[in-house]
Amino acid sequence: MSAAGSPVDGVPAGAAIVLSLLVAAWALVAALRHRAPDRIQLIGLAVLELVLLGLAVLAGVALAGGERPGEPGAFFGYLATLVCLPPLAGVLARMEPTRWGSAIVCAVCLVTPVVVVRLGQTWEVLGG
Amino acid sequence: MAEVRTERPTRTNAGPGRLLIAVYLLFAIAATSRAALQIATRFDEAPLAYLLSALAAVVYIVAAVGLGRAGHAGRRVALACCTVELVGVLGVGAFSLARPDLFPDETVWSGFGSGYGYIPVVLPVLGLAWLWFTRRR
Repeated sequence: MSAAGSPVDGVPAGAAIVLSLLVAAWALVAALRHRAPDRIQLIGLAVLELVLLGLAVLAGVALAGGERPGEPGAFFGYLATLVCLPPLAGVLARMEPTRWGSAIVCAVCLVTPVVVVRLGQTWEVLGG
Repeated sequence: MAEVRTERPTRTNAGPGRLLIAVYLLFAIAATSRAALQIATRFDEAPLAYLLSALAAVVYIVAAVGLGRAGHAGRRVALACCTVELVGVLGVGAFSLARPDLFPDETVWSGFGSGYGYIPVVLPVLGLAWLWFTRRR
């Protein structure tokens, strides 16, 4: 862990990624079994949102401490997108109470880890 | 999975269509924020690439709205958008490989969408297939 200061790396980011993939797997099973989004998916999305908000708070603390992301524009863009993803999945899942609602939850929860990784990359200055 | 359907869906905004709209929304967000950032911070570096990013963003948004509206007009709009998208991703993909000098920075459509897991090249095909599947006869 070379997390020399990056607030959106290490354990919190890892937790968000693992949790997101777990919800995606659960939603995939539900979609394959012709099940509408269940309570577990919605709770999973809610917990995921809390973890992502935690990441945002960590970033805010680091910013208050004088640290700056390598690419500020991209960083805040990704951060804003990231915290909107679980609510988006939740709303769309409620609109579609069929197996396809579960498929939507799965798709969004597969995108979330990518955004978390990109968020970490935009904090660190990657020589360019 | 002996799911026998007596009626084929004719609405573009229900069932699998809603998943398609969700993915279009994700790409609308990705392309819009990318284009906005590129144009706001370093437009001079690669104006063509960034304008194409902006075009892609608009196409994704309009396609999502078209699929979501589900009426005749919505279908027309979605059909046009998916076509533009397919032509765009194939054209830009080919050009970005043949003439990399024209694209000093990446767009959503560069390398057939390789930066986005090739989903940009699959998405319009799925969109067109869905429109065809839900057509009225």
